[in-house]
Amino acid sequence: MTSFRTIFFRGKSDASLSRARRAGKKSNPQMAHERFKFIRIFFVLGIVGLLVLLTGIIITLGPLNISVTDSYSALLARFMPDHFSVDALTSRVVWNIRFPRILGGVMAGFGLGICGCVMQAVLKNPLASPFTLGITAGAQFGISIAAVIGFSILGGPYFIIGNAFICALFCSLFIIGLAAIKGATSENLVLAGIAVNYFFTAISSLLKYFASDEQLRLMTNWGMGDLAAFSWTNSQLLLIIFIICIPLLMTKCWDLNIMTAGDETAKSIGVNAEMTRIFIMVVSSLLVATIVCFMGTIAFVGLVAPHMARMVIGGDHRFLIPASGVLGALVLMSADAVGMNLIAPTIIPTGIMTSIVGVPFFMYLMMKGKRKEFWT
Amino acid sequence: MMIKLQAKDIVFGYSSNPILDNINFQIAPSKLVTIVGPNGSGKSTLIKCIDRIAAPQGGSILIDRKDVTHMSRMDMARYLSYVPQSSVRIFPTNVFDTILMGRRPHIGWLGSDKDEKKVWDVLRLLDIEKLAMSNFSELSGGQQQKVLIARALVQEAEVMLLDEPTSNLDIWHQLDVMNIIRDVVKKKEITAIMALHDLNLASYYSDRIIMMKKGKIVAAGDPYSVITEENIASVYRVEAAVRSLSDRPVIMPLRQIREAKAY
Repeated sequence: MTSFRTIFFRGKSDASLSRARRAGKKSNPQMAHERFKFIRIFFVLGIVGLLVLLTGIIITLGPLNISVTDSYSALLARFMPDHFSVDALTSRVVWNIRFPRILGGVMAGFGLGICGCVMQAVLKNPLASPFTLGITAGAQFGISIAAVIGFSILGGPYFIIGNAFICALFCSLFIIGLAAIKGATSENLVLAGIAVNYFFTAISSLLKYFASDEQLRLMTNWGMGDLAAFSWTNSQLLLIIFIICIPLLMTKCWDLNIMTAGDETAKSIGVNAEMTRIFIMVVSSLLVATIVCFMGTIAFVGLVAPHMARMVIGGDHRFLIPASGVLGALVLMSADAVGMNLIAPTIIPTGIMTSIVGVPFFMYLMMKGKRKEFWT
Repeated sequence: MMIKLQAKDIVFGYSSNPILDNINFQIAPSKLVTIVGPNGSGKSTLIKCIDRIAAPQGGSILIDRKDVTHMSRMDMARYLSYVPQSSVRIFPTNVFDTILMGRRPHIGWLGSDKDEKKVWDVLRLLDIEKLAMSNFSELSGGQQQKVLIARALVQEAEVMLLDEPTSNLDIWHQLDVMNIIRDVVKKKEITAIMALHDLNLASYYSDRIIMMKKGKIVAAGDPYSVITEENIASVYRVEAAVRSLSDRPVIMPLRQIREAKAY
């Protein structure tokens, strides 16, 4: 995974280059480029395949024995009942208990991975992640005021998550607004994000200080991030937001490539750097706020998935955005599967597991990778 | 006379401390023009104002008699390309993708083989085809500068702006980069406007030179009319000898001119 360049392109002499050109064939660097293009497509398709495979395997894990074939059959039977059939119990366990949790993990990981990827690009900061902009701190603050003070913006079934969603969104919009007035440079956005992050974390801590045991438990549980709260009803709302936001982010893939080269260059090539930055921030904040309000703080995925993707396929966002999303989904899904089964029947919260499983793996990649410029 | 680019009353900075003070000039097509001047004279700012990377407070830029001042960035990028002094990459990008960025004003959502072919053509033109799959950050300064010029070339704008393309390069690479710029000006019939520190390079390569001091143009014209001992003394406060060598003026700086201090 170090460098495809060294594997696939060993510099050929000038003579062989010009010979190839005279013969009308594609020259060696050109072939290396074609190969690299193929690798990128192959990699994205490969990890999608891995995701499907892993879904089938993870469904089998649990107290009720289900085979891999049965798990796929149970899923496909829902759509094509004529061709696939499983017994009613397996079908219910797969469709109502095991699959929703996996789907939740996949959606959250996918969204967080993509948001991390686009935020790193527009902020030109390898440390940017969905949490840099105080989105989580805002959501945590929303949860805290619902739990401790009992104030809710939406009320009803959205007593808690409504608060989380609106506060998270407000928090990020506040930062973006601040940066828009002062000039939406990446430095301004990151600085404002860090400041607001500390502010809301402090208020949440203050509320925790006065909270009763029960309130404290609610706040802590949410803060650890858990896929258990995910259900089929939630998935519809999440899906709608996904269908709106992700294509919007994908339309900007060229501009994101250019934005990583700096604002001056972006402007000269025809990209309105500040407007693009604000657009990406607004759209990705909406996405993250939705994920975070349902599933709590799931750190690390958004930071690490884009780096993993970049190590393999380079910086072209046409491929990097989908690859970051799928890798995020893979990481989150696998980490959750480990958390579910490691000391079963006790379930370790997802947010804790992603960091425990993900960090050593990422450290390994970081040490193995030779491209040191990630960390400059 | 044909006019490719015209700058009208460009003002930048505040009235008490103007960085550019009513700049006016006209440039003929297919010329290599350099802007010279001491540090802080506003030459880089002028380059940036022409491309609206820094937004001027007043004035307008006309290309082929068309006002580009109020165009959208995307439209403007089809008329003007810009080569920055250097480019710091936070995330690794290969040379090919770096150059492909320049096709942005012309491509749709996915990009086509035609765009890739143009990138290969320019890579061959500048003889850096071998570097196509290398990581941009790992290149030497001279190679990076060539890649940045290549990116501006695939943009296919008729006016190319360059901000001190030879700074931080050794003399071999200075000549290499300047030769490339002179060649593409001839071959592609584009107009190049560059800010430059080195007066001898400016004198050797330019068709026209604009000399600036404190945000104003003090001299403009062919190298012999601009690179004179008097101009260098008044603009740079340096006493220099100007001689003629292979049909170009060459300067040899002799000593600083220090004004008598008033006590």
